[in-house]
Amino acid sequence: MKSRTIKVDYLARVEGEGALYVKIQGDKVVDVKLKIFEPPRFFEAFLRGRRFSEAPDITARICGICPIAYQMSAVHAMEDAFGVKVEGPLRDLRRLIYCGEWIESHTLHVYMLHAPDFLGFQDAIQMARQHPEIVKRGLQLKKAGNEIVSLVGGREIHPINVKVGGFYRAPTRSDLAPLLERMKWARDAALDTVQWVSQLSIPEFEQDYVFVSLSHPDEYPFNEGRLVSSRGLDISVHDYDDNFTEEHVAYSNALHSVLKPHTPYHVGPLGRYSLNFDRLSPIAQEAARSAGLGPVCRNPFQSIIVRSIEILQACNEAIELIERYQPPDDPSVAVHPRAARGYACTEAPRGTLYHRYRIDESGTIRDAKIVPPTSQNQKTIEQDLWQFIPKHVQDSQNELRWRCEQAIRNYDPCISCATHFLKLDLERS
Amino acid sequence: MAQRVPRRLIIGVGNPYRGDDAAGVLAARRLRDAELDSFTVLEHSGEGASLMETWKGADAVILMDAVSSGSPPGTIHRLEPLTNPLPAQMFQSSTHAFSLAQAIEMARAFDDLPAAVIVFGIEGQDFQAGTELSPEVSKALPELVRRVLEEARGLQNTPGDGD
Repeated sequence: MKSRTIKVDYLARVEGEGALYVKIQGDKVVDVKLKIFEPPRFFEAFLRGRRFSEAPDITARICGICPIAYQMSAVHAMEDAFGVKVEGPLRDLRRLIYCGEWIESHTLHVYMLHAPDFLGFQDAIQMARQHPEIVKRGLQLKKAGNEIVSLVGGREIHPINVKVGGFYRAPTRSDLAPLLERMKWARDAALDTVQWVSQLSIPEFEQDYVFVSLSHPDEYPFNEGRLVSSRGLDISVHDYDDNFTEEHVAYSNALHSVLKPHTPYHVGPLGRYSLNFDRLSPIAQEAARSAGLGPVCRNPFQSIIVRSIEILQACNEAIELIERYQPPDDPSVAVHPRAARGYACTEAPRGTLYHRYRIDESGTIRDAKIVPPTSQNQKTIEQDLWQFIPKHVQDSQNELRWRCEQAIRNYDPCISCATHFLKLDLERS
Repeated sequence: MAQRVPRRLIIGVGNPYRGDDAAGVLAARRLRDAELDSFTVLEHSGEGASLMETWKGADAVILMDAVSSGSPPGTIHRLEPLTNPLPAQMFQSSTHAFSLAQAIEMARAFDDLPAAVIVFGIEGQDFQAGTELSPEVSKALPELVRRVLEEARGLQNTPGDGD
C-alpha cells in the first residue's frame, strides 16, 4: 500500500502549542489524535490555599489573550459562593470590559491568524505586504478593544482592576468619553470586516454539532445565563458537573470534555450565534444576513464570519454601555466570605469557561476546577478532522497539512490555556 | 523647534507562570531597580500586535525573551533584527503564535521599526507551567541583566527627533 508521512514540527498561528497526529492508510483516515499536554491543572493546584480574592488575578495569568474571561468566571463563581449580586453600572462595566476582550481576541484571530489561510498567505506578514491597509485596519480594530481593557481593567495585558464584588476603581464618564468615538470608528471597521470575510472562499463543510452556550433571556451572552444546548439541555451552571464530564485520554495529558454520557459538543462563536441569534443587536443580525448566514451556522469554516459578527456585536454593545454609563456610588459591593461552593460560566471569546471553587469559612480556596473552552472543543476538533481529511486525501503533503491547520484554527484554539507545544504529524501508509 | 524627549524602552517578554518563559519578565524586574533614567522598563506578555503598539514611535528598544534554539540552557543570544530577520523558530516557545519575531517582521513590512532594536534571547529549558526557573537559566539571569545594561548605556545617546 502506498505510504506517505507528513511531519510538521510546529503548527503556527494557534495560540500556544500542542500536537496533532494524523494517520492515513491509502485513502482512509485511520487515526486522529489531538494531543494537549498540560491543561491548567497547575493553576488549580496553585489556587489551593490562596485567598478567594486572589483568584481573578491568578487565573488571569492562564492566558495572555483572554485574561478577562478568567477574571470574570472567577469573580462570578466567588460571588455565587458568597451570595453577592453585582448589578447596575458595575455589571455594565463588566460587560464593557468583556466587549473589549472579544474585540481584541477575535480581531487578532480573524486578521492575523485565520484570514491568511483563506487568502493563501503563509502568514499575516505576507498578507501585510500585499494588503497593508487591511492588516492595518485589523491592528487598529484590535487596538480599540485593547483600549477598553486598558481603561476599565487598569492595564492592557493582565488587567488588575477587576475584583470580587466589582472593581477597585470605577471610571468616570469623562474617562470613558474618548472611547466613544473610537468605538464608533470600530463599529464601522467591524462592519467592513464582516463584509470582507464574507467574500472569502469558504469550504463547504456543514456538521451536525451539539452546540452549547450560555443563554440569557435579553442579552447576547457574556457573564450570565443558563447553559443550553441545541439538543434541549437547559441547566443552571450549578449543575454543570452533573451534565458534563472530563474523560482522560491516554494519548494526551488533557481531559476531553463530553456531555454525559459520551457526547462531544461545540462551544464558541458558532454555538453562541446559533443558540442566541435573536439576541444579537439588529445591526449584527443584518450584517449576518448580508454575509449570507442564516440564524444557525454549522460550517466551522464560517467561524471567521461569525467571529466578525461578534466583533460588531461587541462594538455596538460597547457604544450603548458607554452612552448610558453613570458611575456607581461605590466601585464594588461588600463581600463577606463564608464556607461555600461557587460556580460560574462566562463566555470567553473561544467559548464557555467554567470555574468552580470550594471556599472555607476564612475565605481560603480549598479546591478549584477550571474547564477552558479549548478543552471542551478538543473532541469536536478531532471529529472535524476525521470528516474533513478524506475530502482532501489526494492533496499534496503541504496542501493537506495546511488544510488541517486551517480546520484547527476554525476553533481559535487557545492552547496556551491548555498546553505548550503544538506539533503536527501527518503519517500516511 | 521643540525638542522631543527620546523614548527608549526595555521590554521583558514572557509569562511568569511558564517556567523559563518568565526569564524576560524577571530580568525586566531587576532592571527596573537599576538606575536607568534614559530607558523605561516594561513587562509584556509577548502578544505581537500589542508589542508593535508598545514600541510604536520609540527611538530605541531592547527586548528580552526566552528562546528555544537548541543551545545549552542559559545561553544568551544577542540579535540585531534591523540587519537580519529573527529566526522565527527560536521564539516559538513564546505563549503566543503571533510572537515577538513576527511582530518585528510585521513592523518591518510597514516600515515601522524603531531606529534601534536589539533582541536578547535567553535559552530556556523548561516551559511547563510553574513559577521556578531552571537552574541554568536562573544562573544566567544576572549576566543577561548586565549585558542589557551595557547595551542600554551604549544606546542612551540615540537621537530622538530634533536632536
